[in-house]
Amino acid sequence: MNMSRRQVLLLLPAAAVAWESILAGTPEASPNYKLTEHWWGMLVDISKCIGCGNCVRACATENNVPEGYFRTWVERYHVSDFNQAEPVVDSPDGGKEGFPPMLEEGGKNFFVPKMCNHCADSPCTQVCPVGATFISPDGVVLVDKQYCIGCRYCIQACPYGCRFLNPKTETAEKCTLCYHRITKGLTTACCEACPTGARQLADLKNPSDPIHEFLRTHAVQVLKPHMATGAKLYYNGLDGSVR
Amino acid sequence: MTIEPAQEGSGRVEDRADGDGAAMNRFKDAEHLFRVALVFAAGALAFVVVRAILVPKSFGEYGHYRGTAIAEIAAQPVVFAGHESCETCHPEVPAVKNKGKHAKVNCEACHGALAKHAEDPGTVEPAKLETAVLCVKCHSKNGAKPEGFPQVDAKEHSAGLACDTCHKPHSPVIGAGGKP
Ligand code: HEC
Ligand code: HEC
Ligand code: HEC
Ligand code: HEC
Repeated sequence: MNMSRRQVLLLLPAAAVAWESILAGTPEASPNYKLTEHWWGMLVDISKCIGCGNCVRACATENNVPEGYFRTWVERYHVSDFNQAEPVVDSPDGGKEGFPPMLEEGGKNFFVPKMCNHCADSPCTQVCPVGATFISPDGVVLVDKQYCIGCRYCIQACPYGCRFLNPKTETAEKCTLCYHRITKGLTTACCEACPTGARQLADLKNPSDPIHEFLRTHAVQVLKPHMATGAKLYYNGLDGSVR
Repeated sequence: MTIEPAQEGSGRVEDRADGDGAAMNRFKDAEHLFRVALVFAAGALAFVVVRAILVPKSFGEYGHYRGTAIAEIAAQPVVFAGHESCETCHPEVPAVKNKGKHAKVNCEACHGALAKHAEDPGTVEPAKLETAVLCVKCHSKNGAKPEGFPQVDAKEHSAGLACDTCHKPHSPVIGAGGKP
């Protein structure tokens, strides 16, 4: 790095201020973040995903996800020309270390990143017997670790298979949409690490968020729309074979 | 308490005045009800007290859950600093990178999570990157990748050489210039 000591020293206070503002703390403590002013979702652009696994690794690092469990993962689909209904899907170690070359020839091949859909009418929160999982006022499905009794109902109820029981804490765990980041004005770890913009955090209540323009101009789909979960994980270019 | 003779026919006052025998008999029957009511009252009181102790204050603040859980979850420490943070201290990198093909690839997509370094660059040094491993994570050939994405078969393409012997990581197109 070709920077003089003096330059670095001059930069330090600026960076410290920037960092302080990032660490400004909890939504209540942070005057800039108002629960009622946001409604979070995410856009996944399948045509951009290269299956590098950066998102899976970033998520695990950011959130200390136990080995062998995933809050987000990537699936690879192979749809043959003759059997659209039965795609071949693989996801070695959740796609964490990328994917080996395709075994199948021809057909249609693509990657599908998956994670919690942060449903507006989520089945998982409805079945919780103790009020340990809930939709926050800003539209994120969260788990209260202190309150969770580890009964696994929510894991059963999620139609997208996005929850697991943390073997250490014995409580249900899932994607928080990096709630600790988005409330500080940062994007999620998976979006930060995605090299192609295949994942984009979206604030549906923010009128200047590019998501609105995107949703207007693209044929966007959610997973399992027939289940009426109010999913907010929007997929662009989703193939009908994806489940 | 003094009992004023109430409206005609209320019966109560007369009962009292009636003398002990009848009143006791009446009360004997009523006593059962009275006891049951007492048990219920005690139960209700116990419920209210225990509930007040067990249910956290913030429960129900926003819905059927503990309101303070939101702040607790938001207090988790950040591990990826975000590229804006890197760019305040390393302005020479985006100056080059943002003109090249890696413009949209964020710092930590390659360098890994570095919030600790951003917080304290003096003591936390980023790990050196091995380009022969790093670059192929994104650029190795794969039939499921979008067709337009630049992919190489590393064995053929570089013959085991580290990618940065020919490519500059921050501005990877050969001949595109840029120092870092
Ligand atoms: C507070 C200022 C600051 C921030 C923020 C910061 N760095 Fe640094 N970084 C430094 C300093 C100072 C050095 C040491 C410079 C040197 O030794 O020449 C350094 C060194 C590095 C090096 C090693 C350079 C070498 O020569 O080996 C890398 C790589 C690096 N930073 C990447 C990052 C990334 C990626 C981020 C964003 C997460 C980041 N830095 C954020 C100040 C910062
Ligand atoms: C495509 C992957 C990639 C991206 C994106 C990337 N770097 Fe690097 N960077 C490297 C590699 C590879 C090296 C050289 C090996 C090393 O020093 O670890 C390097 C070196 C550095 C160095 C030290 C040496 C030098 O040449 O300056 C700094 C500082 C640095 N990067 C900062 C950044 C910052 C800040 C960003 C974001 C604006 C960034 N890098 C984005 C791959 C990347
Ligand atoms: C995190 C994923 C990622 C990593 C790691 C990465 N790249 Fe890239 N690279 C990209 C993306 C995304 C593009 C832009 C592709 C596009 O324009 O469609 C790109 C573009 C390129 C291009 C330009 C291709 C062209 O002609 O359009 C070259 C060359 C390249 N990368 C080489 C490298 C080298 C060398 C490394 C290792 C230092 C590396 N990349 C590491 C994601 C990555
Ligand atoms: C011996 C020098 C050399 C090494 C080592 C090298 N490359 Fe290249 N690479 C080139 C040249 C020259 C080109 C441009 C030729 C071309 O456009 O086909 C290129 C082009 C590319 C492209 C763009 C291909 C396209 O389709 O546009 C990518 C991606 C790439 N290299 C990645 C890598 C990766 C990853 C590594 C490390 C495994 C690597 N390179 C190592 C010389 C090298």
